[in-house]
Amino acid sequence: MDLTPIWLTLKLAVIATLLLFIAGVPVAWWLSKGRSFFKIVLEAIITMPLVLPPSVLGFYLLMAFSPQHGVGQWLLHTFNIQFVFSFQGLVLASVIYSMPFMIGPVKSALQQLPVSLSQASWSLGKSRWQTFVHVLLPNIKPSLLTAVVLTFAHTLGEFGVVLMIGGNIPGITRVASIAVYDSVEQMDYSSANTYSLILFSITFVLVVAVFVFNKYHLKSPLE
Amino acid sequence: MIRIAIETKLKAYSGQQELRIVREFHAGSITKIFGPSGSGKTTLLKIIAGFVEPEKGSIVVDDITWLDTNSKIFVAPQKRKAGFVFQDYALFPNMTVHQHMAYATSDEAWISKLLKIGKLDAFITHKPGYLSGGQQQRLAIFRALATKPKLLLMDEPFSALDPKMRSELIGDLKDLFAELGTTVLIVSHYPQELEGLTEHELNLH
Repeated sequence: MDLTPIWLTLKLAVIATLLLFIAGVPVAWWLSKGRSFFKIVLEAIITMPLVLPPSVLGFYLLMAFSPQHGVGQWLLHTFNIQFVFSFQGLVLASVIYSMPFMIGPVKSALQQLPVSLSQASWSLGKSRWQTFVHVLLPNIKPSLLTAVVLTFAHTLGEFGVVLMIGGNIPGITRVASIAVYDSVEQMDYSSANTYSLILFSITFVLVVAVFVFNKYHLKSPLE
Repeated sequence: MIRIAIETKLKAYSGQQELRIVREFHAGSITKIFGPSGSGKTTLLKIIAGFVEPEKGSIVVDDITWLDTNSKIFVAPQKRKAGFVFQDYALFPNMTVHQHMAYATSDEAWISKLLKIGKLDAFITHKPGYLSGGQQQRLAIFRALATKPKLLLMDEPFSALDPKMRSELIGDLKDLFAELGTTVLIVSHYPQELEGLTEHELNLH
């Protein structure tokens, strides 16, 4: 029984979640303020992976980053980076595909905080960044946790996007969801069952943990 | 000295209302602002603090221009550092009483003095969710005073206090304002509750 796909999946989920947390939280903060047309369009683009068939997204990523075309060719020749059929390609696809799961809950939580919290902090001479770090973020902890866990769990379960851009290269792009499919194709139901059970267990434990945490902490800190 | 000349539209359910004010407030004066609901009392305070920008006008504080719509001057609220007591208190749910004060100033002696006056010294480890309405309101007042502001804007600051507590607090605040030389504007629905504190008034009608 080869457990490499499980480790690869966990590695991918950790990296994608970390990248999305670092980049997604400030983006969510920016989106939570004001409603310009540009922000609406950007938010729609970020939300697209929720409704788009993963294979469509994967296809466009494959086209965009193919080493034979435009951006992919430029990246390969300039930086020697290849996103297609590589682990970094999986990371890129995962970040794009799971982006709404990080940005959505954080943005909603920030919008629900009274604007007077920020104003009170500004009146004490604190900058917008200090206000964000010391006042806003600590008061949306349950939503931050929900966003992190949903992003992680969603990345664990990716199939269509990663298959399109990464293929099925053992040790490099063969993540657990692809290993399940591959095992079934080879009629190796025992391996398929083991991979599925591990994925199911991890996801179940994560989701239950969030529900338990939120049961005690989801009450608005303002109540 | 604070010179205000502003003009702005107010959000209203029916018809259109305007807020027009031309007024000077002397340094160290305490002024009560009253008027019917929707007359722009809170909006006026928020314009002075820099949270809301009026359509036209200017605000000059101690010869420094905070706002001039003609010259497109707008000083950010962080630089104005006007103390502000919010009607909804705007306390930070993640911070204890002491952390609220320490967020505003590093002067521990000043913090201790304010917490003692506000009768909050027994609750320094409590977060707002574990304070009564009156205690929360007092914390909002003393947090705003922690920065020793030259201008203090208070929006219904005594609404949750019982008469005895309010009367004691008003006496203490009067002494504090005099010590700091703070100019104070207080919005109230009930001007009579400010008796003994304010000597000037502004009626928005």
